Amino acid sequence: MAKINSLEELRKLRDQAKESMTARSGEAKVRIRASMGTVGIAGGAREVLKAIIDELEKRNFHEVEIIEGGSMGLDKEEPVIVVERDGFQTTYGKVQPEMARQIVAQHVINGQIISEWVIARNKQ
Amino acid sequence: MSDKKSLIEKLHDIQDHHPDHHYLPENEMMTLAESDRVPPSKVFGVATFYTMFSTKPRGKHIIRICENQTCHMAAAKDMINHLQDLLDIEIGETTADGLFTLELSSCLGMCSVAPSMMIDEMPFGNLTYEKIDKIIQQLKGGTR
Amino acid sequence: MKIYRIHALICAGGQCISAGGDSFESSLKKELQATDLTEEIQIVETGCMGSCEMGPMMVVYPEGIVYVHLKPEDAEIITKEHFLKGRPVERLMWRKEEGTFPRLEEVPFFAHQTKLVLRNCGLINPENIEEYIARDGYQGLAKAIAGNDPKLVIEEIKKSGLRGRGGAGFPTGRKWEAAYLQNNDIKYVVCNADEGDPGAYMDRSVLEGDPHTVIEGMAIAGYAIGAQKGYVYVRAEYPLAIKRLTHAIKQAKQSGVLGQNILGSDFSFDLEIRVGAGAFVCGEETALLNSIEGNRGEPKKKPPFPAEKGLFNKPTVINNVETFANVPVIMTKGADFFQTIGVPNNPGTKVFSLAGKVTTTGLIEVPLGISLRKIIFDIGGGIPNNKQFKGALTGGPSGGVIPASQIDTPIDYESLASLGSMMGSGGLIVMDEDSCMVDIAKFFLKFTVEESCGKCTPCREGTRQMLAILEKITSGQGKEGDLEHLEELGKIIKQTSLCNLGQSAPNPVLSTLRWFRNEYESHIRDKKCVCNVCNMTSPVKEAKKNVRQKIAH
Repeated sequence: MAKINSLEELRKLRDQAKESMTARSGEAKVRIRASMGTVGIAGGAREVLKAIIDELEKRNFHEVEIIEGGSMGLDKEEPVIVVERDGFQTTYGKVQPEMARQIVAQHVINGQIISEWVIARNKQ
Repeated sequence: MSDKKSLIEKLHDIQDHHPDHHYLPENEMMTLAESDRVPPSKVFGVATFYTMFSTKPRGKHIIRICENQTCHMAAAKDMINHLQDLLDIEIGETTADGLFTLELSSCLGMCSVAPSMMIDEMPFGNLTYEKIDKIIQQLKGGTR
Repeated sequence: MKIYRIHALICAGGQCISAGGDSFESSLKKELQATDLTEEIQIVETGCMGSCEMGPMMVVYPEGIVYVHLKPEDAEIITKEHFLKGRPVERLMWRKEEGTFPRLEEVPFFAHQTKLVLRNCGLINPENIEEYIARDGYQGLAKAIAGNDPKLVIEEIKKSGLRGRGGAGFPTGRKWEAAYLQNNDIKYVVCNADEGDPGAYMDRSVLEGDPHTVIEGMAIAGYAIGAQKGYVYVRAEYPLAIKRLTHAIKQAKQSGVLGQNILGSDFSFDLEIRVGAGAFVCGEETALLNSIEGNRGEPKKKPPFPAEKGLFNKPTVINNVETFANVPVIMTKGADFFQTIGVPNNPGTKVFSLAGKVTTTGLIEVPLGISLRKIIFDIGGGIPNNKQFKGALTGGPSGGVIPASQIDTPIDYESLASLGSMMGSGGLIVMDEDSCMVDIAKFFLKFTVEESCGKCTPCREGTRQMLAILEKITSGQGKEGDLEHLEELGKIIKQTSLCNLGQSAPNPVLSTLRWFRNEYESHIRDKKCVCNVCNMTSPVKEAKKNVRQKIAH
């Protein structure tokens, strides 16, 4: 990243960055945010992420952006996966590798959410 | 002066250079004392103050299982006993094959997934006997 | 052509009709006549809409609202509420899939929280500085530098009323001012990330989820007091936090918001990480500074305070992770905004790790002054398995218990202290009726005995003696006089220990004695543990000798 040399440049960068956070990057139709704090990892988040990447590979679906983030604090529901698609942000809780594969197949690729596992849904 | 590595960091470095035993060999501590021009007692004093340093060789994988408040309430004791039985060692000891050292840890901050433990830098929560067995098995087989 | 205000399309497909669709339609027609709406609302019969299992159904335009499973009697309320008053009848509307999903902010766990410190956690990629910047990151630092006067920053922090979030609650602005007033070219800013309280993991979560907020807070402090260098002292048991913070510092330097000539100004501030090595006492500020200098983590006498003579004997501001994380918010949104949250003398929020016997455990951030009841029941979802709430521990091994009788206590520094506990760093452990208070107190004391640095006698020997008495009590060998002895010892240790670890070590015992004396008494007189936790017939365990004292003395 280039050096920011003034307060004005910082402000400009903020406005640009804000836009790109809501828009998709390049080809990506879907954005997946994986909660990767220590608590999530202790609950198996790494295996869940592996399953997601593997399932996407198997199904040859590449219009996806995967981001690893920190935890929201709802430890009871970790590992947490957030799927951003079609203008909505769907938060799934207590995700295990097998569930993650289903989420990829049904929601990420086909746009159908799996309601039993949804904690919350926000319009983006 | 503040840009040089502190004694603690140098000790961490020495210990990290022994990934199979995670310890501070006596001769290397003496060398450090000489090169830093401090009395050996200072180096030893620091090394023995901090619980993450060991002056005796340990195993390849350090298992730190939490025994503090919340984990205690979530039956950590049972997990600790299970590990002792499974590995056939007591707290503070290393398995005969040199693979595992079992240590008690103070709070690891995984209270919401208690009982919990860390093996090297990997965290594990919601422990059950089966989970522990599987993890140890995978580490033995090198599949983790 | 007639213009209607509303078009109501009623499904006249076979299945809807057989389910009573036409009786709904006639009912609706009657209602429209009765309310004189026939000229404004057009009823249109359509062919099968396709979702037969939801019939009889009707779609209302222009909103596109879908009503399902309609019965004739529903016509009245739809006409009165929706058509006349413009208020669609939610309970008759179609819900997506199985149920309506709450928005994230509506989930009870989140609904009662106010996120300032945790504003970005879980919402951004902590390894991408641009996402931090997108959410106003480094605007606070920019504002501070643009003001061209460090005193302005100090005044803003003082005005905000921010108090140290590490536990003591000392006014942060005053601490910074004390360091600012020191006449010295070399000053330091240190962040205490040695979070060691059992049950507390707030600081780790901030470092893992939003490391830049700490970096920015420290840089602002550096600007305010005139420091060019800062250290973050992190527990070695937090490898992920160390990794994320290291990466963030690197990115911050590359972006010019840290290091030489920040944002093109002539303010330079550098940051380094120092890793701990497993010593709880290093959470005490003078012990921490000693540890950064590469020594045994032994505390020093205060005064002089670190603001005057701290790291390498230079003026040093040392604050907790959470304290620093608040600073960018105060600089960006203003001290006045900060004061609108919380209660008088206790502005802002506090992050707690809610753990123990509570349904929804996790990390929460609430305005100061909120009641314990709200935290446990509204946010935490109450006590699982139909058990009764018994007490909540705050302040870790330096704190005490808030019993069920005090559940409506507001969580603020003064109220907790008056109950014999303290705010602490934020560990909040909930206990139910099956928790033995004597066992809990013994547990905390064991922790303190093991973590004592060994330097001063009252702490090193006194806490061991207290623990020995507790071991006897919990093994069925307690006797009359033990409780008085505990209280006397506790008082002496509090008054004569060198540092906070020793001074607060007796708190869990004294606090549980204050609120649950009967439990202690039944252990002693009846040789009974009412919660069946303590093994009252086991041989007395000899209190573990403090390892460190063997080497030091």
